[in-house]
Amino acid sequence: MSVQTDTGRQATAAPTASAAPAIELRGISKAFGPVQANKDISISVAKGSIHGIIGENGAGKSTLMSILYGFYKADAGHILINGQEVHIADSQEAISAGIGMVFQHFKLVENFTVLENVILGAEDGGLLKPSLAKARKLLKQLSDEYELSVDPDALIEDLSVGHQQRVEILKALYRQADILILDEPTGVLTPAEADHLFRILKGLKEQGKTIILITHKLREIMEITDTVSVMRRGEMTATVKTHETSPEQLAELMVGRKVLLRVDKKPATPGKPVVEVENLRVIDEQGVERLKGISLEVREGEILGICGVAGNGQTELLEVLGGYVNGTGTVRMNGEEIDLSGKHSNGQTRRARGIAHVPEDRHDEGLILEFQAWENMVFGYHHAPEYQKNALLMDNAGIKAMTQASMDKFDVRPPNPKLEAKSFSGGNQQKIVLAREIERNPDLLLVGQPTRGVDIGAIEFIHQQIVALRDEGKAILLVSVELDEILSLSDRIVVMFDGQIMGERLPAETNEGELGLMMAGITDTNTNGEKAQ
Amino acid sequence: MDYLTIIQILDSSVRLATPLLLTCLAGLFSERAGVVDIGLEGKLLAAAFLSGAVAAVTGSIWVGLLAGVAGSLAFSMLHGLASITFKGDQLISGVALNFLAAGLTVVIGQSWFKLGGRTPSLSGDGRFEPWNLPFSDALAKIPVIGPAYDELISGHTALTYVALAAVPLSWWVLYRSRFGLRLRAVGENPGAVDTAGISVVRLRYMALVIAGVLCGLAGTYLASLAAGFVKDMSAGRGYIALAALIFAKWRPWYALSATLLFGLLEAIGNRYQSIALGDFTIPVQFMQALPYILTVIILAGFVGKAIPPRAGGQPYVKER
Repeated sequence: MSVQTDTGRQATAAPTASAAPAIELRGISKAFGPVQANKDISISVAKGSIHGIIGENGAGKSTLMSILYGFYKADAGHILINGQEVHIADSQEAISAGIGMVFQHFKLVENFTVLENVILGAEDGGLLKPSLAKARKLLKQLSDEYELSVDPDALIEDLSVGHQQRVEILKALYRQADILILDEPTGVLTPAEADHLFRILKGLKEQGKTIILITHKLREIMEITDTVSVMRRGEMTATVKTHETSPEQLAELMVGRKVLLRVDKKPATPGKPVVEVENLRVIDEQGVERLKGISLEVREGEILGICGVAGNGQTELLEVLGGYVNGTGTVRMNGEEIDLSGKHSNGQTRRARGIAHVPEDRHDEGLILEFQAWENMVFGYHHAPEYQKNALLMDNAGIKAMTQASMDKFDVRPPNPKLEAKSFSGGNQQKIVLAREIERNPDLLLVGQPTRGVDIGAIEFIHQQIVALRDEGKAILLVSVELDEILSLSDRIVVMFDGQIMGERLPAETNEGELGLMMAGITDTNTNGEKAQ
Repeated sequence: MDYLTIIQILDSSVRLATPLLLTCLAGLFSERAGVVDIGLEGKLLAAAFLSGAVAAVTGSIWVGLLAGVAGSLAFSMLHGLASITFKGDQLISGVALNFLAAGLTVVIGQSWFKLGGRTPSLSGDGRFEPWNLPFSDALAKIPVIGPAYDELISGHTALTYVALAAVPLSWWVLYRSRFGLRLRAVGENPGAVDTAGISVVRLRYMALVIAGVLCGLAGTYLASLAAGFVKDMSAGRGYIALAALIFAKWRPWYALSATLLFGLLEAIGNRYQSIALGDFTIPVQFMQALPYILTVIILAGFVGKAIPPRAGGQPYVKER
């Protein structure tokens, strides 16, 4: 029986389909009201290749993928799979057409096991038992084949993000997807996890699967794709072979102008210490020690970069310095000791001492999304005398005028103080937070993940602002999980692992490999004699 | 307290727990699918009224049962229309249904029967007959086991056995069937269900159909037990079932235990109207308030941490 279908397929499809692309889009357009999210998009992806789609946030990448996965219906255009036109009205039809999707925010049921998640929607009959048994067998086979090992009986909520992503890939493979679409797959992964993912993707490619990788990270595009399409403002601006292009060219195509990928900065001229931290410890509500005796200092006119895998104490370091959590130890700000017990000091008094804080999570901590930009622009400083009209009322008109000026200076688009914070793009939201903190002229700026989810054009601008603040002689403590960012922005680098400092490096004298090892808790004793853990 | 009294109290507990159990399971299906169902009370009342009225008119509780289920189902679908199709607020929709039921039953009852909102008393075939299980008379004479079998296990009406059978059945459906897997998934992460190519809307409606049928059974049981419909006869049982559901952590077997506990408290309250402790007599009102007091304690979160289905209460809107 299988022989028949095989030969049948070969006989009919051979002349056309052997050369036919795995997936081809012709003239896809989609508008949401007045916004043209996709304009006449055409791409063609060869079977067994990895195709990258790159573009800034809001360029229309996600809309295009949602059309492919049956979430939206295109206003115009055709989708061809293996040379045959298909109509994808819902996700079920996308799955039947052999398309598998790995979303940026995983679509997994957290308190289900891996197996249950894999079979959900693809069960073989009314009873679960046979489906689970079949999936278990297939999972074993797939995990051996592609380094996709996951414990089939583990609950999703107990798995690391990297493993959860593997479950998403397994889900697609279980549904016999030939075309795998991954939306910003490395946004949540550590460098090691990302490397592992790329090995998996290469393995899948060798088995003849077609992979579409949506990302805004140029490095990933260069590293793994065969061809790449660039999207800007709903249009496909170019499709090129990856080995014939360069990151600079891609960045220019994405943004529409030349972009500086390297941060342009003069050597630092550090002055006297602004903040001195000695033996800082933080114990969280669960009684776990998050900071295990941190000592460091940041001087005037320098950027100290803290790198580490998320969750190794960097967040707590920012929070204790910013006054949101309590700790023990000594912290001196401009020579004067700061109360860490929370009794005499909090976020507000820290601000008065010249510490400004750009929190890691701008949605939860940096902004109130439902509030307008001008209201967000004064949070934390709303007690300042210059924002008061009289004893009872705030000077709203004055605050709006100040917001307008800051928005112009920080190139926030659209420059409308009355817009709710949630209606700005990630980059522009971050610029609002940054403007608020920098404009108060702090002595020390704490910055967490300044460019997470931020467009490449805005990244350049935000980096320039941070460097400019440094050049004014301010101290900057930068926490980021992006090694690129740490390496290009910092004047000194400190690596944190498990609540401790693994070592200090100068950016010119280290590289991603060494930092990556230190982030995993391994120090190379040869380089500077520090003891390994 | 002698053995027979204990048996009688337990028997009464089962009788009183039956409508709670059916309603609790109704809520379980609905909430496991991510639809918060505060309208259980309204469905219960609507079903009690319709079944009481139709049974009084036709003389058959079985016809009444059909009417009760149909009424409850209609309410359930109204809830679905508001909260699933039109993505409205599930709490508001549920509360509205409760008010609607409280008002409509009395108004329609008055204009139909002119008895001040009551329905005529049910008798004979208008009520459910107790089922005497085989050999209950013969076994009744055996000490210890006999009375337990005769009083406690045998002699309930059909719906009690249906309710008890619904517990393992619900468990099996939820944890062993494809439908159950999808139902639980849609209450936890509808996005996962949607991207797997399954209709979230359809699944949630199916859950509401089950909830409607179960509430219909519970309401009919109430009408049959009280031999007719009386204004506000559900007396907060829908809410108590909801509290039991939280207590049961949204699980069928726990739901059985939780509702039996409520039934027991109600039975004790009914049996011991006043208990004298030396000079002090516990007032009858306190004894009758026992189930409600437990409800408050459970809802205040004193009884362990209950994690509800994560997507509960949120209408599903496709993200992108």
